[in-house]
Amino acid sequence: MKALTFTLIDQPDERLDLSGLTPVALAGLSEVQVSRLRIGTSRNPASVGDVFKVAGKDVNNIVFEGGSARFDKVGTGLNSGSMRIIGDVGDQAGRRISGGSLYIEGSAGDHTGSCMAGGRLEIKGNAGNYLGGPLAGEMTGMEGGILIVRGKAGDYTGDRLRRGVIAALKGCGDYAGYRMIAGTIVVCGRTGAMPGYLMKRGSLLFDRRPENPSPTFMPCGEPDIAFSSLFDRFLMDENIVNKPLLGPKPGKYGGDNAVSGKGEILFRQRDRLRSD
Amino acid sequence: MQQLSRNGILIDDTFAEAFGMRATAIVITAPTLKWARQAAITMTGYATSVIGCGCEAAIDVDLPASKTPDGRPGCRVMIFAMGTDELQKQLKSRLGQCVLTSPGSACFAGLEGTAPLDLGNSLRYFGDGWQISKKFGGKHYWRVPVMDGEFLCEATTGLTKLAVGGGNLLFLAADNTKALNAAERAVAAIEKIPGAIMPFPGGIVRSGSKVGGKYKGMLASTNDAFAPTLRGVVGTALTPDINAVLEIVIDGETSDAVAAAMRAGLKAVIDFGPKKGALRISAGNYGGKLGKFHYHLKDLLP
Repeated sequence: MKALTFTLIDQPDERLDLSGLTPVALAGLSEVQVSRLRIGTSRNPASVGDVFKVAGKDVNNIVFEGGSARFDKVGTGLNSGSMRIIGDVGDQAGRRISGGSLYIEGSAGDHTGSCMAGGRLEIKGNAGNYLGGPLAGEMTGMEGGILIVRGKAGDYTGDRLRRGVIAALKGCGDYAGYRMIAGTIVVCGRTGAMPGYLMKRGSLLFDRRPENPSPTFMPCGEPDIAFSSLFDRFLMDENIVNKPLLGPKPGKYGGDNAVSGKGEILFRQRDRLRSD
Repeated sequence: MQQLSRNGILIDDTFAEAFGMRATAIVITAPTLKWARQAAITMTGYATSVIGCGCEAAIDVDLPASKTPDGRPGCRVMIFAMGTDELQKQLKSRLGQCVLTSPGSACFAGLEGTAPLDLGNSLRYFGDGWQISKKFGGKHYWRVPVMDGEFLCEATTGLTKLAVGGGNLLFLAADNTKALNAAERAVAAIEKIPGAIMPFPGGIVRSGSKVGGKYKGMLASTNDAFAPTLRGVVGTALTPDINAVLEIVIDGETSDAVAAAMRAGLKAVIDFGPKKGALRISAGNYGGKLGKFHYHLKDLLP
């Protein structure tokens, strides 16, 4: 069966709420019913048929041909099947995903992967602020799954992360791992100011020494730990990176001692690897 | 008793009688194979027989760095017990005293069984609040800070109820040296069979037992029918040319593993021949009424 394909006719002139265009929400709907679904958010909201040309029938494999920074809440609550967006998306893409896979070939806005609990969300371009983070009033951010940004992530990456793995492969903005509860954040490339700011537990794994660590993080030496090679293998098995991230004997900072201090920043020891 | 013959060695037409057991396996890694084996050997010490040790355990196979979860050399250890509770108790205490304590060690599940047994889940408290939980790739690990870095340990391993304990071979020879020659050949062959262990010292037992004894409270006592020094005074199973008997006991992850191990042991001893090795091969049983699994030697011959 051919993938259910939404081809963008023209750039939308309002922000769109695409949370209803997921495998679960579209199951059992006819083509006419799908094209009548309201997705606009203005006083005269657009329907699916106004914005997209719809083709194909397989709701478990949804493709958006063409994207826009006005596509909000793409793939909300996805729990199985796959979705692919050939283009950019707006805010809150992949919110509360619990399974399946969402692949965004462009860039994404703020709160991408907000509170996701499982599955795999991958962004080929950059992502905005609060990657995986909670919306106002919510106590925890991402709780499981794998969230990969092949480009750069914004500020507050992994805000209130509780479980799961976030990877930003071309660097991130300030305060990565802000208020982290647990879980793992991988960053290749430059990290901004104060990574791990107010983190309680969890791991920040960097491919280099952090440039601007918080004064409340303390150096903990260069422990020879089996975890680094175990996790490097996981990252390579999942095709997140293609060479070891940490290598043996990573450097370690412990913190944030402004809170419980049970978190860690592990980073690759570049100088030593060169001399080994 | 009817006997067959292979390469000049007599094979008794009898069978080994074995029992259903509970088993688990773990993978121990370390910076070098020497230290992975050291942790494994320490952990499987005093684990020859459930009669007195609570469990039977030994190294199954050594694993190269490419076959372990953390890319360091390691070995797979199997542990057998009669019940799940005893198996969990033995696993926990041996892991805590012998693997956690061994330099550079890490420990992973070695079996995907029907039910989980705690590994790191019970040892994490040693971290005194500084232990780190990590869940990724569908697995759960604990990282416990210790004096040489961290003890990395998977949270659980698997339990199998399909395990079999008590497969055995008896090698009857003209003297001790020849019996040991034969038994050592068998051990070397069986070590290569995955999923089968030989829990006795070096894989070999010289004090085979019968059930019960004349003294009150003795669960097992010497197998007098196979003791050469008693040949003239008890109902013996030995002919005049036999002066030493050694036994190999085999526990397997499955019944097939036990059969494969016995087959490999038989072949090795038969190929070695009677001149420097065994004159006769037999097996131990209790008349077939106690154990569910019977391994007839004639079915396992090369």
